[in-house]
Amino acid sequence: MKYEPWDPALAAEIIGRHASLDGATLPILHALQETFGYVDREAVPMIAEALNLSRAEIHGVVTFYHDFRSAPAGRHVVKLCRAEACQSVGAVELADHAKRRLGVDWHGTTFDSRITLEPVFCLGLCACGPAALIDGEPVSGLDAAAFDAAVAELRA
Amino acid sequence: MIRIFVPKDAQAVALGADKVAREVERVAAERGETVTIVRTGSRGLFWLEPMVEIETADARIAYGPVKPTDVVSLFNAGWLAAGEHPIRVGRPEEIPYLARQTRLTFARCGLVDPLSPDDYVAHGGYAGLKRTLEMLGRPEGQTAIVDEVKASGLRGRGGAGFPTGIKWSTVLLAEADQKYVVCNADEGDSGTFADRMLMEGDPFSLIEGMTIAGLAVGATKGFIYIRSEYPHAFRTMTDAIAAATKAGYLGSSVMGSGRAFTLETRLGAGAYICGEETSLLDSLEGKRGMVRAKPPLPAIKGLFGKPTIVNNVLSLATVPWIMANGAKAYADFGIGRSRGTLAFQLAGNIARGGLVELPFGPPLRELIEEFGGGTRSGRPLRAVQVGGPLGAYFPQELLDTPLDYEAFAAKGGMVGHGGIVVFDDAVDMAAQARFAFEFCAAESCGKCTPCRIGSTRGVETIDKVTAGIEPEKNLTLVRDLCEVMTDGSLCAMGGLTPLPVLSALNHFPEDFRRAPALMAAE
Repeated sequence: MKYEPWDPALAAEIIGRHASLDGATLPILHALQETFGYVDREAVPMIAEALNLSRAEIHGVVTFYHDFRSAPAGRHVVKLCRAEACQSVGAVELADHAKRRLGVDWHGTTFDSRITLEPVFCLGLCACGPAALIDGEPVSGLDAAAFDAAVAELRA
Repeated sequence: MIRIFVPKDAQAVALGADKVAREVERVAAERGETVTIVRTGSRGLFWLEPMVEIETADARIAYGPVKPTDVVSLFNAGWLAAGEHPIRVGRPEEIPYLARQTRLTFARCGLVDPLSPDDYVAHGGYAGLKRTLEMLGRPEGQTAIVDEVKASGLRGRGGAGFPTGIKWSTVLLAEADQKYVVCNADEGDSGTFADRMLMEGDPFSLIEGMTIAGLAVGATKGFIYIRSEYPHAFRTMTDAIAAATKAGYLGSSVMGSGRAFTLETRLGAGAYICGEETSLLDSLEGKRGMVRAKPPLPAIKGLFGKPTIVNNVLSLATVPWIMANGAKAYADFGIGRSRGTLAFQLAGNIARGGLVELPFGPPLRELIEEFGGGTRSGRPLRAVQVGGPLGAYFPQELLDTPLDYEAFAAKGGMVGHGGIVVFDDAVDMAAQARFAFEFCAAESCGKCTPCRIGSTRGVETIDKVTAGIEPEKNLTLVRDLCEVMTDGSLCAMGGLTPLPVLSALNHFPEDFRRAPALMAAE
């Protein structure tokens, strides 16, 4: 995934584009993260100003939701499902394997900044687990070998 | 021109549907065959996905599961003329898994082009809205529509099972300058995917249902709150709203009636708690997804403080069928106080996972054994969790419980959103109980103490039990904690977490006594 470097002018433009929506905070945060790959600290007072809210309120929203990052992720993001349906077909073992293979814990990024590993609770792919979203693409029926193959492809 | 239907449902894509579609296109071009590839939703027979259907003169013929490497041999076998092939499954409607279902809400899913309003109408769509508009032209029209929904016996499909018509009637009677219809598409329960399938496969049925809801109670604006874990559903839903608006089914004059209804999608941000309706409303308003105390009910003071209908995807998407076919036709299905159909979802360690829409009432065993074909691993089934992460774990002995709201509650469980997650004998139920607490700790909004603190104490106490530290004393403590959480939590998150924990403890006590007891003096 390719992101723009942090740019306050571009951020202001994005905020302005969404500010008139009902309940604009989440749409703005999503749009910022889609552009920059994370929500920069500097964006917080800008959003507060645009929506006539306090910085504390915006900070509270950013930190409440699992999706919003405070720093850029690795080049690729692997979201591995940890929920019950995937557990019943080996997701716990797969998660242990993934952490060992990448040398990271949940939310960690590999030393080469290539891959970030994140947990996710259900992707709605529960009939054919274990499931993952790799850079937004759904993947089913994962096991250790399939995971390694997917990682090799990301590193290629 | 032969039409080839390839699903673009996220589950089918996860199994390779996009690659298959590209390969079909490539091979067809190479052979000079003129074909049109239509991307549909899924029929919900996931063990056959990607399932490709060929339109012939009298029926669609399905092949599946199709791998990209099968495509050349399928063309060689003459699949464009329904030719024989080892993976030919014939007419989808004749596959027993589908033939035995009662598809009302999911009648069109997998059949139609999800982004074509014309296709929707050709398959019976917008008949319900037409009748709604006719009823509105008569005196007491709005009341008559709400009464129709009441009479159908439809109950909230999100899990709580509250009568939909009663909710609507409260909003109708509330006086306000603005009312809203909010669709809860934050389908976070593990083992459920029906909302996702419907939004990806038949989004217009949800749009039509919300439009009917809006006209019935006098709401002119609706929002669909979709979880961010469902990027495909979000895209399809957003595109379908644009298509419906362009075709005049949404906007300032719905179907030329002069009545307004508009819709917008909103993306969640990875918080399970936002599936709780008041937390969802706070999130929609741009705040932290904190649970609100009730009363006031959202039907009186909901989104931005205005009267608001908050319904699950399937509740709303079922309304068009009810309005088109009448309340009685719907209420004729089901048993007891559970009327109509429920879209059961077979998930987890299951041989034939998928969506099974049936009238309420079949025993759990029938779903798992006859539809699901037992465990995927082939090992004996040990536990089944019904109703998501807050649902109870049932052992073998309870598999004959009929699937209806009251019968399940009587056995200490809940039908919830209809998700059925099967576990084989490799499962460690103490680990599952621990996970229930861990999940609650991670996803609690933090507003009430029993949920916020209780969940963390629960993880710690289960850990002591499994480590063999005073297991009996600590198990008593877990039960005590569960009682506090059940009685003292603000919403179902903390209030129902004890369900999986206690059911694991009651039905599988041996799993909590595996560690050798440590000496207290150590």
